[in-house]
Amino acid sequence: MQFKTASSPHIAQHNSVQSVMYKVLLAMIPGTIAMIVWFGWGVLVNIILASVVALSCEALMLTLRKRPLKPYLFDGSALLTAALLALALPQLAPWWLTLIGTAFAIIVAKHLYGGLGFNPFNPAMVGYVVVIISFPKEMTHWVPPLLEDYTLLTFTETVRVIFLGELPLTYGWDAITMATPLDTIKTQLGLELSINEIETHKSYGSMFGSVGGFGWEWVNGLFLATGLYLCIKGIIDWRIPAGVIAAILILSNLFALYDYASFTPPTFHLFSGGIMLAAFFIATDPVTAATTTKGRWLYGAGIGVFIYIIRTWGSYPDGIAFAVILMNMAAPLLDYYTMPRAFGHRWNEFPHHHLGDKDEE
Amino acid sequence: MSNSRHLWHFHGGLKLPGNKTISTSTPIAQALLPKRLVVPVQQHIGEAGQLQVKVGESVLKGQILAQASSYVSAPIHAPSSGKIIEIDELPVPHPSGLNALSIVIETDGEDKWTELSPLHHPNTKSPAELRQLIRRAGIVGLGGATFPTAVKVNTGPQANIDTLIMNGAECEPSISCDDMLMRSYAREVVSGCELIQYIVSAKHCLIAVEDNKPEAIAAIHEVINEKSLHTIEVVAIPTIYPTGGEKQLIKVLTQKEVPSDGFPSDIGVLVQNVGTAVAIHKAIYLGQPLISRIITVTGEGVLQPQNMEALIGTPISELIEQSGGYHKDAAKLIMGGPMMGFTLQTDHLPITKACNCLLVENTPEQTPEAMPCIRCGACATVCPAQLLPQQLYWHASSKNFDLVQDYHLFDCIECGCCNHVCPSQIPLVQYYRFAKTEIWNQERDRIKSDHARIRHDFRQERLDREKKERDEKLRKKKELLAKKKLAEAAAKESDGSVAEVDPKKAAIEAAMKRVKDKKAAQKIDKEDAAASASKNTNEKITHK
Repeated sequence: MQFKTASSPHIAQHNSVQSVMYKVLLAMIPGTIAMIVWFGWGVLVNIILASVVALSCEALMLTLRKRPLKPYLFDGSALLTAALLALALPQLAPWWLTLIGTAFAIIVAKHLYGGLGFNPFNPAMVGYVVVIISFPKEMTHWVPPLLEDYTLLTFTETVRVIFLGELPLTYGWDAITMATPLDTIKTQLGLELSINEIETHKSYGSMFGSVGGFGWEWVNGLFLATGLYLCIKGIIDWRIPAGVIAAILILSNLFALYDYASFTPPTFHLFSGGIMLAAFFIATDPVTAATTTKGRWLYGAGIGVFIYIIRTWGSYPDGIAFAVILMNMAAPLLDYYTMPRAFGHRWNEFPHHHLGDKDEE
Repeated sequence: MSNSRHLWHFHGGLKLPGNKTISTSTPIAQALLPKRLVVPVQQHIGEAGQLQVKVGESVLKGQILAQASSYVSAPIHAPSSGKIIEIDELPVPHPSGLNALSIVIETDGEDKWTELSPLHHPNTKSPAELRQLIRRAGIVGLGGATFPTAVKVNTGPQANIDTLIMNGAECEPSISCDDMLMRSYAREVVSGCELIQYIVSAKHCLIAVEDNKPEAIAAIHEVINEKSLHTIEVVAIPTIYPTGGEKQLIKVLTQKEVPSDGFPSDIGVLVQNVGTAVAIHKAIYLGQPLISRIITVTGEGVLQPQNMEALIGTPISELIEQSGGYHKDAAKLIMGGPMMGFTLQTDHLPITKACNCLLVENTPEQTPEAMPCIRCGACATVCPAQLLPQQLYWHASSKNFDLVQDYHLFDCIECGCCNHVCPSQIPLVQYYRFAKTEIWNQERDRIKSDHARIRHDFRQERLDREKKERDEKLRKKKELLAKKKLAEAAAKESDGSVAEVDPKKAAIEAAMKRVKDKKAAQKIDKEDAAASASKNTNEKITHK
């Protein structure tokens, strides 16, 4: 009797890229729902818009690159990029801003580098950096959280603002958008106010919640919870978020202890802006992160350090995208120098010379 | 007793479904004597043996067919009595699918043994003598590596073997031949351990069995208790693939790591398979060479999975037939286990000393296309060699063979764990095998070209030398000629009249002169001789 030949191992296994991506996407749902509740329909409109653009660009690029559509278009990676970028954009960002950011992320940051698995930089963060550098004004279209003196726009009103730029008759831009808590703190600290004065200010003090930004603390709390679940399930590596959070905690504690009035407290850092989304969902993108155990600690910590630096002294309201991209650049180096000790080897016998050789070639 | 021992962990590994019980419900079956036995001459790591028989010769069971040709080699014996009808390059079960020199015996059905010389009191013999007996019995490692056992138990005078480990882990799914062997031949296993322990003078011996084989553990435990052996202990170890790997097993039992460039004996450990222990027992106490082994015939593609004791050289097709035959969907025939075994194209192949399992799988479900690596690191988490499989893959696929070695490619044991967990379904192990083969080839080519260069240099040197010598000779000749000419010219000048003389006359005169000269010279010689003789006698006299 004749048989087929194949290479070992011969046990079929059922893990797949697709299932990893979709599990991460599912884990983002609770935090996203919280964002919709607190910040309105703009969040959902952005996600849908970005997803459509991302899938179209993905299909376009796969066709141009003569790659099979089916396995790649629905592997979940393009949707994940779209969702991460959409959550990072202001809720009332104009449609073309989302389109440009997403298209750049998929076409340039992902496919021009070789597509899934080959991109050195996190595509969503590249898309974000492109729009925040190019369109700083539109990037301020943040909606204030659901507060007593504000009313969220209806779904139709939101769609009209995003796609037609038409504001509801009774409101101006100032009435429906507002600086984020992070931004407010930075601006007011610049005006020599103390943290305490800012948080209790009569006109904007209400945007600060009990631990972070009002509303933001819920969003971050939910992302933290589902992120931890992914870590426990082994879908993402816990060391990266642990590194991010540890670095921010240590730095913010040190500076807050040094000067309580002009440095924001650690809890505020962790529960405002997109810290938990960044720590658990953005920084853990395996393609662009470090892969060794120690490398992941360092990679996460590096992101945390850069976020704190950019938030505290930089000119952008939040530094997540820049921090992630800077550490993306360092990832290959981190991997090389944190190679684990192989079985039966001593600690001190890593050959590092070839890296130098390569540079010279 | 077995639970009190402290155990360690190796990095990574997998918990895999065992699928072992389907082949352990019936006792070991004796395979029928086949009409023809095909015995490959090389069934071990090392050099092939030298043929001792010819076509047409009759052989007895246990008679030597091929003698070990060098130190790392093993003899081959006739598995049954009969007539040799063919010696030729024939298909053998090997991943390469290539043919190898094999001896075909037409069995006579009598299964008549050659004269055996059993040893009843091995402790009266020296370890070296016992090693010779093991060597003569053609015993090789039966765990699958088939390294000549006599070489392995010769740990050298400076090696201080503290722990002898008997490997009964059998971590690969589906395989159960060692399990059944330990259940049925516990006495022989322990006896074999004692022999090896004596040969390598190991202080104590641990028989390691995965905890999914409670019957085997109990059987061995009973024998140890009965014989009240204090230096042999059976240890139940956690069932984690690949805990049966030599280095992993040593780590689990002793916490020590075998150095990457060393041997277990460097850290005072020797590992032997339990099947090998039984073979050693048989070789010493019964005088029988290794001519049969236990094989697991299993998988959903076989109707009655079981363990069989079969003669080396028995066709695979007959073993499957005796195990109920194939399932109608049988599609893949694997020699070895599902993680590290290799597929065979046909079942018209003989079983060898290396063959521990025949696994038949049915039509597999469509495996999805491989996706790009997303560097998730799942592979690194399970790698028992503590490597970075995704980096190895990356550099192997871009043929960066320097970097793959930086990432310790040659520490990879090809266990397949990384392959198994990869979400992108990348056939990682294939890439590592490819890279290893490429590097070996490059190394071979390098050595070859080095040889060629050295040969060329030598040739060039020789040619240069010869040319120099030729030139030197020529120069000397020329010099000589020039001198002669000079001398002749001088001679001519001295007697100018001669020039006018008839050349014939001159020649005659010259000849005459030569004769005269010769005579004069002889005269002088004689006088000299006489003088020296008289001188000698004078001396002798004076001396006296």
